[in-house]
Amino acid sequence: MTSQPDTATSGAAAPSEKKSTGFAATDVLINEFAGAPDTVERAFQTANELQPHTDLGLKDDEYDRIRQILGRRPTASELAMYSIMWSEHCSYKSSKVHLRQFGEKTPPNTRMLAGIGENAGVVQISDELAVTFKVESHNHPSFVEPYQGAATGVGGIVRDILAMGARPIAVMDPLRFGAADHPDTARVLPGVVAGIGGYGNCLGLPNIGGEIVFDPTYQGNPLVNALSIGVLPVSRLQHKEAAGVGNVVVLLGARTGRDGIGGVSVLASATFDDGAEQRRPSVQVGDPFMEKLLIESCLELYDAGLVAGIQDLGGAGLTCALTETAAAAGTGMRVWLERVPLREASMSPTEILASESQERMLLIVTPENLAAVLGVAEKWGVWATAIGEVTSAEADGTPGRLVITWNDHVVVDVPPGSLADDGPVYARPIREPGDLILLQADRAETLPRPATGDELRETVLRMAASPNLCDKTWVTEQYDRYVLGNTVLAQPEDSGVLRIDERTNLGVALSVDGNGRFARLDPYEGAKLALAEAFRNVAITGAEPVAVTDCLNFGSPEDPAVMWQFAEAVRGLADGCQQLGTPVTGGNVSFYNQTGAAAIHPTPVVGVLGIFDDVTRRVPMGFFPPTGDGDLLFLLGETTCELSGSEWAWVTHGHLGGRPPKIDLMNEQRLGALMSRASKAGHVAAAHDLSDGGLAQALVESCLRRDVGARVTLPADDGNTAFVQLFSESASRAIVAVPRGHDKAFTSLAAEYGVPCTPIGVTIAEPVLEVREQFEIPLAEVREAWSSTLPKLFGGVAELARRHGDPEGASAPVGSAPASAAPASAAPASAAPSSAEAASAEAASAEAAGSDTPDGDEPVRSVTLEIAEPTGDALPGGPIEPATD
Amino acid sequence: MRIGVVTFPGSLDDGDAARAARLAGAEAVRLWHGDSDLHGVDAVVLPGGFSYGDYLRCGAIARFAPVMESVIDAARGGLPVLGICNGFQVLCEAHLLPGALTRNQHLHFRNRDQWLRVESTDTAWTNGFTGGQEVLIPVKNGEGCYVADQRTLDELEAEGRIVARYIKGNPNGSQRDIAAITNEAGNVVGIMPHPEHAVEALTGPSLDGLGFFTSVLRALAGATAGGQQSGGHQ
Repeated sequence: MTSQPDTATSGAAAPSEKKSTGFAATDVLINEFAGAPDTVERAFQTANELQPHTDLGLKDDEYDRIRQILGRRPTASELAMYSIMWSEHCSYKSSKVHLRQFGEKTPPNTRMLAGIGENAGVVQISDELAVTFKVESHNHPSFVEPYQGAATGVGGIVRDILAMGARPIAVMDPLRFGAADHPDTARVLPGVVAGIGGYGNCLGLPNIGGEIVFDPTYQGNPLVNALSIGVLPVSRLQHKEAAGVGNVVVLLGARTGRDGIGGVSVLASATFDDGAEQRRPSVQVGDPFMEKLLIESCLELYDAGLVAGIQDLGGAGLTCALTETAAAAGTGMRVWLERVPLREASMSPTEILASESQERMLLIVTPENLAAVLGVAEKWGVWATAIGEVTSAEADGTPGRLVITWNDHVVVDVPPGSLADDGPVYARPIREPGDLILLQADRAETLPRPATGDELRETVLRMAASPNLCDKTWVTEQYDRYVLGNTVLAQPEDSGVLRIDERTNLGVALSVDGNGRFARLDPYEGAKLALAEAFRNVAITGAEPVAVTDCLNFGSPEDPAVMWQFAEAVRGLADGCQQLGTPVTGGNVSFYNQTGAAAIHPTPVVGVLGIFDDVTRRVPMGFFPPTGDGDLLFLLGETTCELSGSEWAWVTHGHLGGRPPKIDLMNEQRLGALMSRASKAGHVAAAHDLSDGGLAQALVESCLRRDVGARVTLPADDGNTAFVQLFSESASRAIVAVPRGHDKAFTSLAAEYGVPCTPIGVTIAEPVLEVREQFEIPLAEVREAWSSTLPKLFGGVAELARRHGDPEGASAPVGSAPASAAPASAAPASAAPSSAEAASAEAASAEAAGSDTPDGDEPVRSVTLEIAEPTGDALPGGPIEPATD
Repeated sequence: MRIGVVTFPGSLDDGDAARAARLAGAEAVRLWHGDSDLHGVDAVVLPGGFSYGDYLRCGAIARFAPVMESVIDAARGGLPVLGICNGFQVLCEAHLLPGALTRNQHLHFRNRDQWLRVESTDTAWTNGFTGGQEVLIPVKNGEGCYVADQRTLDELEAEGRIVARYIKGNPNGSQRDIAAITNEAGNVVGIMPHPEHAVEALTGPSLDGLGFFTSVLRALAGATAGGQQSGGHQ
């Protein structure tokens, strides 16, 4: 560690090396390795040494406050720690004053075992079991380096869930990208999707839902949010307090490297500029295999009762974990930093503290359990190292100090609470955006609309093919939805539904939704609408919604207009949660989502958790093949002419203006209560919520799910034109398919709950969507429109070229074969395609040769259940499918 | 009957394989990669996942796990062994099955409900199916493209050792649409799709996967003199 030539006498002697790209490891390194590390002792001696606090994201007054707290200048390590912990990302300094409403307006709730402030909220779902869930952002890293950014987003949220004592059981990913046809979207989206799949699949967590939204507002700042859910026995709930003087602080998991330094302070808490490329080193790098081992070892440790306290290391790394565990307990902590296992031996103490290397957990264990803990770690092949111990509070009862040494140099000596809890809090100025009045006045209801049947038909097809409404199979096929064997419903269903208990069929439903356009038009209503949609999606499946998590994606809090949007959205969400009786259990705020001066649309993303006493009664979204006369279709809720902010206004006119649809959460509650009762009574075969794209899109999706047609008669007497009935996005609506014989009971139930219930048609065996007196579309035609959009945009050469499975001999694999397969790749004639043309030619010849599946003629029975996927060759997103169309 | 399910570090579908074995009527016995003792099981499943992170090559490290030494010996002695997905890759690396599984041709991980045609019912794991039966089983892999040299492929065809083929679309580019193969003796089967995910109405696209597990019970019952009746394919 002393290999650097000792040429300078003081760290301050090397300012000429300063780079302007923000927090780079070298900035600190040069200072530190010019001599010895910057110690507390040295801080006293060189009290007036200039420090790079602004480069680390600290304001002058924040820096002064640090000096005040310490009674001296901070050491280089301390400065880095304060810059991290007082960053927007960690301290919530701009959002805190608003987020308090979630606590103040929390409805009384007996299910919540842990809430805001913990790693994730915990909700009790039975006498023995609880679930924990949370959504978080990983926006900036995913723009800088899509694969690793998105992958570590999954890894980070999963560790939050793990830290509560839960086994992670699923993930979901709400994603927002720029325009679908923008070249940079073709860079970001495939990387993000591969990263989520690469990490989540390898971790063995089913991906059960999410969103994929395209809008130019996210062009320079995509939103990559990640949600995870876990399950735990109530008795296994873990805490982060570093309680028990003399207890050992153990670092478990991967070794610490130089990745992710400055992630939260520089990357996540500032606006992008043209230097984004240079921030790649601030993005963490994930190793899902290590995380899998970490999960298994932690669960084994919990079950053996070996853990006194635990905290995950993610953003802010060791700094955050050490200070938060100590601060939570009011104890002190003594840490020997040179004991931390490193990937690179030359790391400085500051780098070790700031590193955001993934797949690490900090454990507090009693000395007598230490050997057992190390034994479990060894069994799973995970590093575990005792790096410190819990020390007592001060003699006068005040909290202890966090003292960190590195090779006998004291590099940190701070009160941990000053980092974790006493960060700055700002009541930032707020001002309604200057353009809002004009924007709201520019209503979409006045735009020219299609009127004839042919025009409506064309609109249905164009909408179904539009990037936001089209089939997302190209993406979701890259995720494992089956692993763990408890996935009851997954995307594209309204909610992800999981079985929790195999004996009792206890289950949960989860949905996550947001609508940046609605929130742009009115952030208060927009947040409520996001909540309403997620609530509805959960309720439609028959589950009882009980709790909320949120990821609030906004522009720069230093912009009063953004801050106004944020304040309004939080107020809307808090009011909504209060009204629905579903508390916010935790979540995440992501600011600085903007490009230059242009902020993204305010995008509150809301996740709602619901409980099933019996998950076998879940209601899926797709119509079932009719056995006799077909199921009866009903439209639930009330339709008015609400087109502002709608998908139709956007797709047809590129228009955004007016006011979003009105939302009365009471209607959502009624609808939810009705669906819960109806599903218990077995009155409903299928149900689908109405949201983006309105009734038309809902019908398309419910028909295509199992290739079942529908004959629809739009109500003649509700005062709306056919167009409005088909494309309005009024809230609190759903379509349901009711088996014959159940219709009377269902409609009287709807009346009992005060839910408007209008018969609109029947399901039919012919694969056609017919809207009487308007149009008829064969399902094959609408499927082609709906399913070809994403493969065309993102399919790539390899997929488009090889449309059929491998005729004999033509199959040298793309990419290099492993060594052991060498004999195999010695296959004759054709080599791997070297260009798109060659590949297509090859595919064409392959097709000409006929589908080369021998003896494929005997018809045989199958044991397919009625819930099977549509089995047609035209399954969406089907590269390498036979080109039957 | 006791069906062992091996857990390697990075195994993911081990719990599902054990559940499937139980649903088929067997006792599921968890086997640990570092323990070469097979604990007297009557058959072994190598489950899906990313054993040892799939570092180096899929299955390349797992093949050297202590438990595999015993599995390889026992398989050569006739013990029924089913390798699913990553398990198939391990079996190829262990040379219990010929060929190799390489990166999907389209270079993406792919998860879908896949139709297969059962081509051979002469194995320990497929005797409960009828020849040519079409079944619906989830497939999910990033490296499921089966490759072998021409002669091996011809041999597999000629000896009836192609156990199942993909139909209605090939999800990964496998040669000759191969989804599953067996060894000469028919006791070792490697399959890329996941029968353990098609064993319950609530969570799977069909119940077709159960047939693999009931088949082995039947094979074992047949092998045991006076063996008890076990459920066939439902």
